[in-house]
Amino acid sequence: MKKIGVFVCHCGINIASTVDIPKLVEDLKNYPGVAYIQDYKYMCSDPGQTLVKEKIKSEKLDAIVVAACSPTLHENTFRMAVQTVDMNPYNCEIANIREQCSWVHKNITEATEKAKRIIKSVVEKALLDEDLEPVKVPVTRKALVLGGGIAGIQSALSIANSGYDVILVERQSSIGGRMAQLSETFPTLDCSQCILTPKMVDAGQHENIRLMTYSELEDISGFVGNFKVKIKQKAKYVNWDKCTGCGLCIEKCPKKVPSEFDQGLGKRKAVYTPFPQAVPNKPVIDCENCTYFKTGKCRLCEKVCPFDAIDFNETESFIEEEVGAIVVATGYDVYPVLNMSEYGGGKIPDVIDGLTFERILSASGPSGGEVRRPSDGKIPKEIVFIKCVGSRDPENHYPYCSKICCMYTTKHAMLYKHRVHDGQPYIFYMDVRAGGKGYEEFYQRAQEEDKVVFLRGKVSKVYQDDDKVVVCGIDTLSGSNVEIRADLVVLAMAIRPSKGIEELAQLLKISIDQNGFLTEAHPKLRPVESLSAGIYLAGCAQAPKDIPDTVAQATATAAMVLNLFSREYLLHEPIITGVDEELCSGCGLCIAVCPYDARKTNREKGVVEVNEILCEACGACAAACPSGAAQQRNFTDTQFSNMVKAILAE
Amino acid sequence: MFEPRIVAFFCKWCTSAGADLAGTSRMTYKPNITGIRVMCSSRVDPEHILDAFKNGADGVLIGGCHPGDCHYQSGNYQALKRVKLLKKMIKDLNINENRLRLEWISAAEGKRFTEVVDEFTEEIRKLGHIQYTVL
Repeated sequence: MKKIGVFVCHCGINIASTVDIPKLVEDLKNYPGVAYIQDYKYMCSDPGQTLVKEKIKSEKLDAIVVAACSPTLHENTFRMAVQTVDMNPYNCEIANIREQCSWVHKNITEATEKAKRIIKSVVEKALLDEDLEPVKVPVTRKALVLGGGIAGIQSALSIANSGYDVILVERQSSIGGRMAQLSETFPTLDCSQCILTPKMVDAGQHENIRLMTYSELEDISGFVGNFKVKIKQKAKYVNWDKCTGCGLCIEKCPKKVPSEFDQGLGKRKAVYTPFPQAVPNKPVIDCENCTYFKTGKCRLCEKVCPFDAIDFNETESFIEEEVGAIVVATGYDVYPVLNMSEYGGGKIPDVIDGLTFERILSASGPSGGEVRRPSDGKIPKEIVFIKCVGSRDPENHYPYCSKICCMYTTKHAMLYKHRVHDGQPYIFYMDVRAGGKGYEEFYQRAQEEDKVVFLRGKVSKVYQDDDKVVVCGIDTLSGSNVEIRADLVVLAMAIRPSKGIEELAQLLKISIDQNGFLTEAHPKLRPVESLSAGIYLAGCAQAPKDIPDTVAQATATAAMVLNLFSREYLLHEPIITGVDEELCSGCGLCIAVCPYDARKTNREKGVVEVNEILCEACGACAAACPSGAAQQRNFTDTQFSNMVKAILAE
Repeated sequence: MFEPRIVAFFCKWCTSAGADLAGTSRMTYKPNITGIRVMCSSRVDPEHILDAFKNGADGVLIGGCHPGDCHYQSGNYQALKRVKLLKKMIKDLNINENRLRLEWISAAEGKRFTEVVDEFTEEIRKLGHIQYTVL
């Protein structure tokens, strides 16, 4: 039998005033396995720890039980201490006789008896505790960033600048994301492209960044530090190794289609780059619209290309890579106006969403920055902005606040006024949420300097009347009905995670919340980690947020990745649940209850195998196992049985 | 007065932390209960519970995280399924199903912890000594 040392702490009078320590020591000294027992006023103090260490050596103790405060406080302290005298830390156990005994009971006899039961049960555990070594996991020091918007770019650059390789994967043919579509940014009114494009160029040229655009994650296996990923690059029909981006093919292409980048307002060709500042600035052929792919005739681009880069036979290609960490920064989509038929969404051409208005305002947009409405190109003289459309509407649409709309709508009204001096912007709002550095001042400026009219109330109806769009609403502050015959209506539509997030979450085995956003590991204390180790979250894929918050979160993901990469090995808690192959029948019940996919059937042997690195030590499988083959280390069935008996023994 | 003996299994992340909070807040509750700390309520094997009854426990309490809050995502649901089934089984042994209880108690619910323990202790006190039929 192991020789157990029991060290009872008085914690000043915190334990000693309700637990009769001399009696406790007297009653426990002959308990089976207890080879040594001693009490001390403050066991966690330096002399207390020294006492523990000396007695481990002099009494040749195999394990110790410290009866003191909650293990959350000093388990680590004592486990560190015992290591200095060559005791395995997993042979040090804490019996919580303060928080769960002396502090909650008044009667000394009762508290003393309960303390004895607690200590005895922990002695029983310690008797069967084994030496454990943390599981060592090597780390592949290369990161995968999914999404090439500002979040992905920021994260990739921060990691790459620290000297590690990054694969930056983007679904579109260019990085830039939503931020590239914006005109100016609140509250400083910097031109969005001016601050973004240098970062795009940096990412494109960085020696540590491998840019994979027009690509998507196809498959993933592995775990923190050791992921294997398969990335698919869609067929571009342009050989980018040969292409110089001269643009001749685009110039000559006869087929025009609505530009997604311009929200359908402008046109692009069938061979195209999404916007002139694209990185990489090389075109792809949209085979769904290309005349050659549809009719078998044309190939004009091929004829004019001086570099023989057009390749109609190109197919999708795959690469496989090993990475240690993954950042998910897949961004957002705008909730389509089609869903707002009561506001004329999809029916009235001059009812548009905020992102479309960004393109109208943008100097590189379809109207060159002149505010012209989509239907007839007229300059709108009265314009109505409606906020919280689809957001904060749990009955019909989404319950959450999309967070960015208050500020961008204020910015829209302001920029409109700067362009159309005799125009009048109105904003219907539920609340104005201007929490952010310089945001409240920006909102004040819109009202005072730019004379934006803010109307607190909801809009009941929007309809077309001749060439006007009539907006009927209520101003709850004055209590009056309002009817505005506007030229253009801009809806601040809800933002939601970008298309495909469910499939991606499933692939990565990370969770999404009830609104479809990726779930962080803890809403306050672990806001950039997913629940799967080694996978981090940045930007609007996690929750709606503005550019500064996105950049901050993206930088934080880089810090998390670098933290991971700073270690040669990852140390993993060894109290995992193993498999006794002699007992295992391979029934697979344990596989079904494992939340981490840590268990797999070995078909050859007919038994279950456990991946010690994936196992998070919950023990659910151990309870599910009908044969006792799955035993959680240092939390075995025998230990529990003995602990229960110790508690119940008279 | 009959003093029942109650064995409890508290998950490390929520209920054990809630019990610690009751302590740091200097709340009081009946001393009949003795807790065993487990990593997750899903680690509690029905055999551990039956073992406790067999060895004379008058009641068994399991404390886990609230639904949706499990540190291991779904462990508390596993515990719920097992306890529901076991409650049916212990009836066959003539053990009152109320002697077994599963409660969700978070790390912030020190007060609730004391209420659950006191209430459960009184309920078990009324049920009296454990007696069961050996099948």
